[in-house]
Amino acid sequence: MSSVEALIEGLASVGYIASRRIATALYMAVKLEKPILVEGSAGVGKTELALSTAKLLGLPLIRMQCYEGLDESKALYEWKYGKQLLYTQILKDRMGEALADAADMDEAMVRLHGMGDLFYSEPFLEPRPLMRALKEDDGCVLLIDEIDKSDEAFEAFLLEVLSAYQVSVPELGVLKAKTPPLVFLTSNNVRDLGDALKRRCLHLHIPLPEAALEERIVASRVPGIEAKLTRELVAFVQSLRTMDLRKAPSISETVDWARALVLLHADSLGADVVRDTLNVILKFEQDIAAVEPQVVELLHKR
Amino acid sequence: MMQHTLEEFFRALRAADVRVSPAEAIDASRAVAITGYADRELFRDGLCSALAKSEDEVGRFDQVFETFFARDAVQLQPPPEEGHQELSDEDRAQVADSALAKAVLEGDANQVQQAMEQAATRAGVAEIRLTTQRSRMTRRLLEEMGLEEIERIIANARRMPDGKGEGLAERLEGARRNLFEQAQLYVARQHELYAAGSAQALREERLARKQLNADGGVDPVDYQLMQGLVRKMAKRLAAKYSRRRHVANKGHLDVRKTLRKSLAYGGVPFDIEFKTKKIDKPSIVAICDVSKSVAAAAQFLLTFLYSLNEVVDRMEAFAFSGRMISVNDILDDHGVEQAIFKVLQEIGFQQTDYGRSLQDFADQHLDSLDRRTTVIFLGDGRSNFADPRLDIMKQIHDRSRAVIWLNPEPESYWGQGDSVMNRYARFCHVAKQCGTIEQLERIIEDVLRSYVPH
Repeated sequence: MSSVEALIEGLASVGYIASRRIATALYMAVKLEKPILVEGSAGVGKTELALSTAKLLGLPLIRMQCYEGLDESKALYEWKYGKQLLYTQILKDRMGEALADAADMDEAMVRLHGMGDLFYSEPFLEPRPLMRALKEDDGCVLLIDEIDKSDEAFEAFLLEVLSAYQVSVPELGVLKAKTPPLVFLTSNNVRDLGDALKRRCLHLHIPLPEAALEERIVASRVPGIEAKLTRELVAFVQSLRTMDLRKAPSISETVDWARALVLLHADSLGADVVRDTLNVILKFEQDIAAVEPQVVELLHKR
Repeated sequence: MMQHTLEEFFRALRAADVRVSPAEAIDASRAVAITGYADRELFRDGLCSALAKSEDEVGRFDQVFETFFARDAVQLQPPPEEGHQELSDEDRAQVADSALAKAVLEGDANQVQQAMEQAATRAGVAEIRLTTQRSRMTRRLLEEMGLEEIERIIANARRMPDGKGEGLAERLEGARRNLFEQAQLYVARQHELYAAGSAQALREERLARKQLNADGGVDPVDYQLMQGLVRKMAKRLAAKYSRRRHVANKGHLDVRKTLRKSLAYGGVPFDIEFKTKKIDKPSIVAICDVSKSVAAAAQFLLTFLYSLNEVVDRMEAFAFSGRMISVNDILDDHGVEQAIFKVLQEIGFQQTDYGRSLQDFADQHLDSLDRRTTVIFLGDGRSNFADPRLDIMKQIHDRSRAVIWLNPEPESYWGQGDSVMNRYARFCHVAKQCGTIEQLERIIEDVLRSYVPH
């Protein structure tokens, strides 16, 4: 983590080929101890960036998938009701003994107040991902995936965690992180995120990569692929992206396709192979129908 | 010094519609403290991660960064090589009153640059908004810098006997031209930095207010812009609309669920469940008039229809003039311009027959309306004196959650001539004039507030 170049190399060593902009944003997030909001279309490697960073830093990764209806009790903490119940039952038995010799009600109350109250205490706390992340002694990488799928209320609730790395539990007070975790938030832009959240985060937008970068990514992700095939398939995917498709193929599709072609022992792109495997890169019927007649043309255009 | 430059940069960013809050400004300063200035790319990317908060903003950030940090100092003409004579004492006396004249004669670029920036503040060059203001701004800038003095000196020098001042006049003349060019460049750059964004905003604003059913409809030049605006609006509508929500009915205990959950705790109701209301995603039925009478506005209405179809999952789209057809497939399969063209080709510009079209709708789709459906009519309600079939309209009204009618004509026209709008309006929950993008936006807000379940 000494410089951006070192970071690029480090990420490459764990299999993530990062552009300079990606590495710089990550570098800033580490140095400024700020969460980083990663945006980009599906499959450009947003989640992968967090996974690779955790691997590079040797930190545990705690992942929280967001969805509509996600709330505090699933994200932050929950009380262990069962144990609490047992505790009260034990307490009831013991209480009788302890208070048996009290002279009157008042004395019994005084004694009762004097006893420790464990009912709401940390042993009964069931930490959920956010709290687990704050409790890690040596820090960790916290991945809050697809934050745009959660409700606005949850987004507001995250603000405290993200700006101060602490959470308030009404019964216990404020719990502060021992070591601030490195936080990644990812978003597919299902809805616009609030300004307050954006302000608290650094921002990184991962675009679809240029050909050279994509070739390196494919080469690193699909070991044993021929350089010629890589070049051809990346060029083909790049030209697909210029077409007006419902869902343009992103990096994960390119990689999947490369894997499929390797499995099929294809050493170069032919029109037939492409037609047979088009469903790996294109996910909509209309897109496939639009591309299919043009395959030969697209292959020759390069 | 650098802090000041950063502040200026933030201002340029804000002018380009990249929001920079104080918190982000602080982050940016901290980022710069880490990156330093030496590595330009690192400097840029570091700032970018702290300041630009969406894909669009990243693009605008890059643009502003290039313009802002590319600005180079004033280029002064070097003093002429031959005849590089020192100024004579007489000449010095001539220019003694004017610091600017002295600076340009001595080729002191820094001094000139400084004078220009100070003059720019006084002249308010950063307030520039329009390209057409450039030449006036340049003149004002030069006036503030003291160009008049130079001109006076030139005139004086020319008037000296025996052409003694001719050399000085010549040199000052050259310097003046040079200064003029520099000022022009400076103003152009300022315009680009602080106003290029607002020119776009101005155009959008004007377009938003423009009557879209005016002759010829939308200007082809503005068409792209309109599509952008309408799409933005439709997306906002959809974001609020399409999510399924659970609303807690606070205070109503869900006994069954609570009992079931309590089994885990030996029958003690620890986890108390309240009743929640699940609200289904509403669906939209949009019906668009593309007949002759609304020809000019049809393009606008269809653009809206198209954008809506793009972002709303459950939407049925219809278009009609004489008869009504479902246009879902056309909208799904084509790009926006192509789709609009196709719809108009299939069904557009015929004689309007509202009654007939409503009959078509009733035959095919009346059953699909239920209490979750919002029906949006886009049309002028001019039925060519044919039977308006109010009975069907009433049925639609009774069956659906809300009927909203957006009419490109102003309310005072409703009911005049062959318009039956005032009669239809009785069966609408909302009937409003919607002739401009701005009105459309306002209506959408209204509709969202009152007719979307929440």
